[in-house]
Amino acid sequence: MTPENRAAYWRANLQLVFGCLVVWFICSYGFGILLVDVLNKVRLGGFQLGFWFAQQGSIYIFVGLIFFYAWRMNKLDQKHDVHED
Amino acid sequence: MSLQTLTYLVVGASFALYIGIAIWSRAHTTGDFYIAGKGVSPVANGMATAADWMSAASFISMAGLIAFLGYDGSVYLMGWTGGYVLLALFLAPYLRKFGKFTVPEFIAERYYSKTARIVAVICLIFISFTYVAGQMRGVGIVFSRFLEVDVTLGLVIGMGIVFVYAVLGGMKGITYTQVAQYCVLIFAYTVPAIFIAIQITGNPIPQLAFGSEISGAGVSLLDKLDDIVTSLGFTQYTSGTKSRVDIFCITLALMVGTAGLPHVIVRFFTVPKVRDARISAGYALLFIAILYTTAPAVGAMARYNLVNTIQSGDVGAPDGNLVYEERPTWMHTWQQTGLLRFDDKNGDGRIQLYNDANPEFADTAADYGWQGNELSVDNDIMVLANPEIAGLPNWVIALVAAGGIAAALSTAAGLLLVISAAVSHDLVKGIFLPDISEKKELMAGRIAAAFAIMVAGYLGFDPPGWVAQVVAFAFGLAAASLFPVILLGIFFKRTNKEGAIAGMLTGLFFTYGYIEYFKGLFLKWAGAPWGDNVAEHWLFGISPEGIGVIGMLLNFAVALTVSYMTAPPPEHIQHLVEHIRVPRAID
Repeated sequence: MTPENRAAYWRANLQLVFGCLVVWFICSYGFGILLVDVLNKVRLGGFQLGFWFAQQGSIYIFVGLIFFYAWRMNKLDQKHDVHED
Repeated sequence: MSLQTLTYLVVGASFALYIGIAIWSRAHTTGDFYIAGKGVSPVANGMATAADWMSAASFISMAGLIAFLGYDGSVYLMGWTGGYVLLALFLAPYLRKFGKFTVPEFIAERYYSKTARIVAVICLIFISFTYVAGQMRGVGIVFSRFLEVDVTLGLVIGMGIVFVYAVLGGMKGITYTQVAQYCVLIFAYTVPAIFIAIQITGNPIPQLAFGSEISGAGVSLLDKLDDIVTSLGFTQYTSGTKSRVDIFCITLALMVGTAGLPHVIVRFFTVPKVRDARISAGYALLFIAILYTTAPAVGAMARYNLVNTIQSGDVGAPDGNLVYEERPTWMHTWQQTGLLRFDDKNGDGRIQLYNDANPEFADTAADYGWQGNELSVDNDIMVLANPEIAGLPNWVIALVAAGGIAAALSTAAGLLLVISAAVSHDLVKGIFLPDISEKKELMAGRIAAAFAIMVAGYLGFDPPGWVAQVVAFAFGLAAASLFPVILLGIFFKRTNKEGAIAGMLTGLFFTYGYIEYFKGLFLKWAGAPWGDNVAEHWLFGISPEGIGVIGMLLNFAVALTVSYMTAPPPEHIQHLVEHIRVPRAID
């Protein structure tokens, strides 16, 4: 574990974090709040889509996002040889 | 068996379970007491975090709140779940790698400062006591409704139970009790929701029933709800009354606040590895999401049930409203608690439920011969009365009582533990008596826990004004004080002691001052609140509930500016940051 691969690991980590934050922002603040009126014109079964994102969809995406992040980070740990044990 | 006996039995059995677990998982070392010896599996920690997180407010009040707020209620749904993404991405794995006992301890070491530690302890204590008082109150309410004992006695029983397992078991006892409490509360929450979903839509999954058609009506639940509430002068269920900017800020303040709550953060200190901390945040949110995606469905169905029961015929027709004498039994029961009140203002012997605060609806209401809204319904009824409204068997009602108590006790215990750890580890060991033996520190932790329970009980028994502002005050402070400096400590190596202290104090005082100004917290004796709490007077149109966001931004700005204007942190601190950024130990 050299300082160089630690730095590369940290850069890759920041990229992943940034990507996850973009998704986090878009599904809640984007679809659920800022664009809610536009999306509400679209129907998802008995839901208006914007309302669905605000009260259901964003929460499902949050859960998926954390599992995705944990999975990708574990791979990054291995790739840059900074994993535990 | 009568409902009363059954409830005593179910609640009693759940208490026996909690105490049994506490005895089995007694703490022997300070490591056990503060962080369960770092031996908790990620799934168990996920469940414990979920129970820790979901309080009396989540279990009892949230669905009812959403039922009345409609779309505006989304701030709680997104705000209290989205914070876990921030926690997983920014804090949990790194703080686990740091591998110590408390949140102020991280701040103290990272910022090489006892002052920073004391400021963090002060924030932590205000946040946690604000939060815990509400839980103790919740225990009292559930007891008084379902077991028909006095609120005070209920509170004392609740204190006794928490005392046994928090003082005896510390974090270890609390963790395994919380796992059991999660199972009780999630079962108690979903069972009535499933029954009601079937009754209204025929679909047993509440999350799907939420978007389904009402049985036999050919129209979806939400469309019907929009239709019926607007015909009674309310805002459409699927759109709200809050401004966009306020919705945005409240949601963000709740998310960041969640990620900054010490009793949540500290749960991630208890798992064995860094990668466990990451995945554990996922499990925690998964378990939380089961309740949080059910709650809006329960809210909508409860609102529909309520409006439909009262407005039994056409809106405005002389015989369109429920005759008071023919009201269902659950209304009788809840009238006795004072949480449901009826006042026949127009003397027609029927119940009118409509929005009498809407000036545009006033003429229509007058045409109907209505002289004001006649039924006031407390939000908290919605979940607690659900089984009765749906006509479910008594064991379900008993279960809901046990679930409400589980939700309140689990959160209270988690909060009391971080308070006691802050006192025994951060103040006693960290500042006043650095040479204290482990045995004595453990004793100090137990004494602090016992003392914190007394204070919490007192605050629940006679809540001063500031504890009523949980949403604004606890979350606002967590967002504006603790979260930014922890994040900077990990992601910006250049942040130093001066920056962190200045940032925390700025966030703290700005947020506290704004809430004091508009809502009144500690200075009621001096005439607070001074400002009229309406949108025209708010800074940028942001309510006190959302102001933590501005506090957070100020904290970031001040901390970075001051850091760059003063000397960089010493070499060993830079090394510490390098160390927590990677899972494996570095030399």
